[in-house]
Amino acid sequence: MSQSADLNIDHVAHLARLALTPEEKATFAQQLGDVLHHIEQLETVDVTGVEPTAHAAPVFNVWADDVVQAGLPVELALKNAPSQRDHMVVVPKVVE
Amino acid sequence: MNYEAVIGLEVHVQVKTRSKIFTRVGAGYGHEPNTLTDPVVLALPGTLPVMNKAALDAVIKAGLLLGCEIAPVCKWDRKNYFYPDSPKNYQISQYDQPICLGGSVEIELLGSARNVMGEHKKIPLTRIHLEEDVGKLNHGTSDSLVDYNRAGTPLMEIVSEPAMHTAEEAYAYLTSLRATMIYGGISDCDMEKGQLRCDANISIRPIGEAKLGVKVELKNLNSISFVRDGISHEIKRQLAVVERGGTLMQETRDFDGMTGTSQSLRTKEMAHDYRYFPDPDLMPVKVDEAWKQKLRAECPELPFDKQRRFLADYLLPYTLTSVLVWDRALADYFEEAAKLSGKPQAVGNWIVNDLLREIGVAKIALTESKVQPAHLAALVQLVDTGAVLANAAKEIFVEMFATGDQPDAIADRRGLKAAPTDASELEQWCRDAIAANTKALAEFKAGKDSAINAFKGPVMKASKGKANPKLVDETLRRLLGTM
Amino acid sequence: MSSEFFFQSITQLAAALEGKTLSSIELTRAVVARTKAVEGRVHAFNSVDEPDALAQAAESDARRAAGQARGPLDGIPIGLKDVIAVAGQPLTASSKMLANFVSPYDATVTAKLKNAGAVLWGRLNCDEFAMGSSTENSAFGPTHNPWDLTRVPGGSSGGSAAALAAGEVLAALGSDTGGSIRQPAALCGVVGLKPTYGLVSRYGLIAFASSLDQIGPFARTVEDAAIVLGAIAGHDERDSTSFKTEIPDYRAELKKRTGPWRLGIPKEYFADGLDPEIGAAVEQAIAFYKKLGCEIKEVSLPHTRYCLDTYYVIATAEASSNLARYDGIRYGHRSKNATDIVDLYFQSRAEGFGAEVKRRIILGTYVLSSGYYDAYYLRAQKVRTLIRNDFLAAFREVDALITPTSPMPAFKIGEKADPLALYLCDIYTIGVNLAGLPGINVPCGFTKSGLPIGAQIIGQPFRESELLAVAQAYEQAHDWKTKMPSL
Repeated sequence: MSQSADLNIDHVAHLARLALTPEEKATFAQQLGDVLHHIEQLETVDVTGVEPTAHAAPVFNVWADDVVQAGLPVELALKNAPSQRDHMVVVPKVVE
Repeated sequence: MNYEAVIGLEVHVQVKTRSKIFTRVGAGYGHEPNTLTDPVVLALPGTLPVMNKAALDAVIKAGLLLGCEIAPVCKWDRKNYFYPDSPKNYQISQYDQPICLGGSVEIELLGSARNVMGEHKKIPLTRIHLEEDVGKLNHGTSDSLVDYNRAGTPLMEIVSEPAMHTAEEAYAYLTSLRATMIYGGISDCDMEKGQLRCDANISIRPIGEAKLGVKVELKNLNSISFVRDGISHEIKRQLAVVERGGTLMQETRDFDGMTGTSQSLRTKEMAHDYRYFPDPDLMPVKVDEAWKQKLRAECPELPFDKQRRFLADYLLPYTLTSVLVWDRALADYFEEAAKLSGKPQAVGNWIVNDLLREIGVAKIALTESKVQPAHLAALVQLVDTGAVLANAAKEIFVEMFATGDQPDAIADRRGLKAAPTDASELEQWCRDAIAANTKALAEFKAGKDSAINAFKGPVMKASKGKANPKLVDETLRRLLGTM
Repeated sequence: MSSEFFFQSITQLAAALEGKTLSSIELTRAVVARTKAVEGRVHAFNSVDEPDALAQAAESDARRAAGQARGPLDGIPIGLKDVIAVAGQPLTASSKMLANFVSPYDATVTAKLKNAGAVLWGRLNCDEFAMGSSTENSAFGPTHNPWDLTRVPGGSSGGSAAALAAGEVLAALGSDTGGSIRQPAALCGVVGLKPTYGLVSRYGLIAFASSLDQIGPFARTVEDAAIVLGAIAGHDERDSTSFKTEIPDYRAELKKRTGPWRLGIPKEYFADGLDPEIGAAVEQAIAFYKKLGCEIKEVSLPHTRYCLDTYYVIATAEASSNLARYDGIRYGHRSKNATDIVDLYFQSRAEGFGAEVKRRIILGTYVLSSGYYDAYYLRAQKVRTLIRNDFLAAFREVDALITPTSPMPAFKIGEKADPLALYLCDIYTIGVNLAGLPGINVPCGFTKSGLPIGAQIIGQPFRESELLAVAQAYEQAHDWKTKMPSL
């Protein structure tokens, strides 16, 4: 591993869609550098042949039957929308 | 240098379920904006996905129809990216353990003539996985409006190997894939409604070269014709770039079917980092033999298999089969009428020439037609026994299509039945005709069988065209045999 | 009946309600009055709705008058951590991002509590998006520990623990991803239970780390915790990770299970960094069990030292994805300074999230990003398997484990500025989440300066009855619960 030095705050903040101030970047880089340094000790664990745990108690085939249930009325669905028009959510123009 | 194109298609097919893939609010097309949402669709804080069993059934069925290996275990992954049509800003998809692996789509290329079957090929598939569809953006002049009705509709992604080389192959692939999905009841595949969407990966390479060239992804191919046009255009564009000594870039291009042009959307440098990881909110899926067996039993015969059977069992001409087999309902209709009447070719002709025309004119679906297979079989039998003549049968068909009445009743009502009422009258007309043509009589007696036709005209004329030709023939032969 | 209803147990109050010596309206009014009296100092709540609470109380009284009371929780005021959805009420996760969000739907636990007749009283403060161990990360200001108002109540469910300790609720729900119920329970001197992963539905709980989060009760007594657990546990078809299992009558089970038990002492949990007063108090609790006839056995959980790292990789990775939905588009804070759609994401999220949330999103995004997934996330999931196996191996020899809950008592607000130092608050609680086990904090004394101390008892998956019984055996022999903070 030993990649903590690789933490490119700009790139990662871009992926996470977070605008960070230069001060935040500097602080986070230092703090997360420490955390990542700590995390590096995972490297010393022998995980040969160990299955990853995605769920503490894995169960297979959890599903529901295809039976329609009532949804939200449109007024309630958009009640928390910061901006709406014609029963749709307004966003700045998206250029595809 | 001679170049060949290499084409792979990524086809998204909406699965026809009543409710969405991860929540039970209804799924559908053409509803008022944001009327098919619930807290899960809108990704409100605290909501969780729950798998729709019917969507899984449909994908496994699609896999079985296309000869895929069904993975014994598959899981759900999150594909992380931000976009206003994606409520969670991640899409639940399948990354490294898709539900279907391998398989193929059988295609037919154009034959040398309309009535000649073209070459068949199997285009190999890489995988099929299940994911959720996103919402829809409506672009205004100064802003965009988001409608989440489509978000969460189950969506299959069917990925082909880069194994096609012409736009025609891609066209044939989509046509066949679409028919297969419709046959299986998996999707209606209406491209106008976005139920089937296609992206193409296209590259060119010198013939003989094994390595793939620089790949261009072509997006927004929103009709099957646009797929053909777009690919054809892109191949030409790439060849032109190479011919004038240019370099191709790995990029995504948008094809505008109306203008027949394309433009670059983004290049490889702007490629995404989707940060896939297993979705902790969903449990993996295990598919056992019993489940597959149950779905296999529901799998219909595919169009090409049906065509081979129609050719072999019903001895239909290729042109008829190539019309009948692509619509499952039409093929079923044909088989029912063929079995009832015992005259498959006549039934096939009626369907292809008359029924489809009337349906087209009336702009209705086959299921709405008042002419059911039993009607058609009865009409074919009336013609076959000679009870009704060909021209009269056409009239009967049109009326039958309008009213749904039985052909026999229509023939009676309209006086379209052949055959004079009186057998002795017919015999008299026959005697008269033979007596009037001694030359033909002599020829017939000398062994020229076709000479009998010389008597038929006068008989038909005497009957004012209503005599049953079969009875006329029989009567003439009986009389001639005694002379 | 004492005028201080708000310091009594649900068991006592339910008896009074049933005997009609008390009405839910009276009780709820007392709780509202208490809240008004102390809330200015404690700041346990993000929002309350007095008319709504009184209306619920009136309905409860009407039910009871009609002979249709629904059990021990009917008419009892209970608070919910502000990460649990209540239809028609604010749901903020203590974040500016959701400062104006009103939930249109009920969480499953909310619906279940309503069904049990509980009076839902207020949304309780917490660390923003449940990320923290002190409740200092709330966008609406910290909660103060009722035992010492200059100190933190722990976190992230600090509001839940503090409100209960201060008599502002009679029980509360919190959520626990790495100790967020047990640690504040320890720091505030109340009972806090994190159930087995999958026992309580997460539907309607704002997700922090989906594979670790679990809702659980805060209560004055183990019996009260059993009552609340019984009301909220059970399979939910809206949560694919909720487990199909029979829910026993936990309260009745308590009376049936009397021990003695085989109790394990994981040696790694008594190592460096443990406050000596806490260590001594937990040792005394262990001595109590020994005297009770329990077999006490030292066990080893060799991968304990990797718990913190494993947790921070898995929890932040999941959080980075879970929190992607907060983008100011369909709901939540939308920046007025954005220049275009892409900038809208950057600015809304920058303005809406606090520092700790941003830090964890960055870390989680990084460990999932291209080229790092195998080294961090996948490896952490494998180490998680080893950590879980450690516990399961120990449970082949013992029925439950006893450890300290927190390595330190409540610390001063503002004392711990370094994230890593704060992360160390959870070293004894995180393993339980990674292994998906149930764990409970039982008050086991006070420091010399009067701060509560808690012991953690860890049980086997879906054997909460046993866990509660072990905890109650200690609780009933001690009178820590009779001591209340003076406010």
